[in-house]
Amino acid sequence: MKRKFGLSDLAFYIVAFILVIIVMIPFYWMVITSLKSKGALMALPIQWIPESPSLKSYKRVFTLFPFAKAIMNSIFISVVYTLITLVSASMAAFAIAKIRFPGANGVFSLYLMSMMIPTQITMIPLFIIMSKMKLTNTYLSVIAPSLFTAFGIFLLVQSLRSLPDDYMEAARIDGAGLFTTYKSVIMPMCKPVLATLTITTFMGSWNDYLWPLVMLSDKKKMTLTLALNSLNGQYGTEYNVLMAGCLISMLPIIIVYIVAQTQMKQGITVGGVKG
Amino acid sequence: MKRKTSKNARKMIQAIPFMLPSFIGMIIFSLLPIITAIGLSFTDWSGLGEFSLSTITNNFIGLKNYKQLLGNAEFWMSVGHVLYFIALYIPLAFISAMLVALILNSSKKVSGVLRVLYYIPVLTSWVAASLIWRWVLSSQYGVLNSILSVFGITGPDWLTNKYWAMPGIVLASVWKDMGYYGLYIFGGLRGIDPTYYEAARVDGANKRTILFKITIPLLSPTLFYCLIMSLINAFQLFPQVQIMTGGGPNGATQVPVERIYTYAFSYFKMGYASAYSWLLFVIILILTLIQLKAQKAWVHYEA
Repeated sequence: MKRKFGLSDLAFYIVAFILVIIVMIPFYWMVITSLKSKGALMALPIQWIPESPSLKSYKRVFTLFPFAKAIMNSIFISVVYTLITLVSASMAAFAIAKIRFPGANGVFSLYLMSMMIPTQITMIPLFIIMSKMKLTNTYLSVIAPSLFTAFGIFLLVQSLRSLPDDYMEAARIDGAGLFTTYKSVIMPMCKPVLATLTITTFMGSWNDYLWPLVMLSDKKKMTLTLALNSLNGQYGTEYNVLMAGCLISMLPIIIVYIVAQTQMKQGITVGGVKG
Repeated sequence: MKRKTSKNARKMIQAIPFMLPSFIGMIIFSLLPIITAIGLSFTDWSGLGEFSLSTITNNFIGLKNYKQLLGNAEFWMSVGHVLYFIALYIPLAFISAMLVALILNSSKKVSGVLRVLYYIPVLTSWVAASLIWRWVLSSQYGVLNSILSVFGITGPDWLTNKYWAMPGIVLASVWKDMGYYGLYIFGGLRGIDPTYYEAARVDGANKRTILFKITIPLLSPTLFYCLIMSLINAFQLFPQVQIMTGGGPNGATQVPVERIYTYAFSYFKMGYASAYSWLLFVIILILTLIQLKAQKAWVHYEA
């Protein structure tokens, strides 16, 4: 493995191939395991290809746990979470970067500072606040934090600041109100950033673990990550069932990602935001 | 003068509806919890029963939690485990991320497909990734030891051995994150103005010189960002530990966030857990500040 800048063609393919193998082996192992019977799990030497593949584990996932409900919960929570984030963050960014009200920079700095405080500090008091408001075990408790996403506001302010103010002026002369300007003039111009924010927020919400874990204990309300965790708690050694659950939990987000990638061909690197 | 004031007032009024959602969110989900967390850290409150303002005054114990933590071997062990994790994780993650970035940047036909493939672990939730890796690392039935045995190596009992549990978690973490940092560094590589390379070629610079005199210096802000982020994330290590080892074997992989969660929600010592989380925050802050100071030595920002 040469780590020189100019990888020659052969070295390039070898390194790229080895990395693909490293990335894919755990997934291959997941798929293969999910097709095995309970007995085949413990067969030695390990079976790289299952002797009698079956889809029984997939059926079992749905009987052991309300997994279909968990899928619906995850979709609902992630979609609403993402929508609220987009609306709330873009409105705040518009006010900070384009209306530029007095004190906008102060508020922006305050927002940025809050990014430094990690989840584990706010998690305990938030749990107390939510319990006090009788909101534990509700979808709302998991979704509500989307109102304030400092990262999203930061991302959008950066991109709005690079837009010339002439657009605001032009919209005003044309008699557009501020809300129309926000919705129909400014937002369409930062579609690439909004797309990036959509993907990162959706992914974050879909895969979030710590906060839902603190909030949701009712099986019927659980998201996919919690469903997997709960399955692990009860059937921790039935790896064929666990792996089937993992695969089911991964598919939707991979599909969303591939669709988003093909939608945006203008060379946006989703997930990797140039700082 | 007066006109300016009225213009400012108008802007304020106009901004209010736009700022309202995020501002309310900031107060409820950030400001209020932070203030409460400071208060809680000075109490020995269990977390059971009703919470009100008098909870803090009634259970006030001053700095006792902090003193206890600082004199507690468990606390320093948990920090030490994170530092051990970092020492293994950072070099592996950066080398693999750099390789991913260079591969993606070579603009071969396959790079588009590779980009999606390398990114799949990033898309996977930590819960799923931890379950997959716990099975991959299974000493007897796991795929990793099976591969190692092909090369004549007898693999360790990864997650059940106190010396190998943390390296096992590191492997899973590098696998999960290399696509993320790889794609980020790739973004940085593409941001480098190609005229630098043309100029270097005209001057007859070799590949080595180009790498060390152009690519790395111009990439240093990106690498610096990745370093800061990976350090901050390392200190917040949680799901992989909770699911893969549960802090074990024998406490060998106990890390701060896992401790905080356990103290708050299993042992019901919310005051103690709050103090724990603040000390962790101070450590992260100090490390970040050191990084920010140290960056002058190696990070080059374009003028």
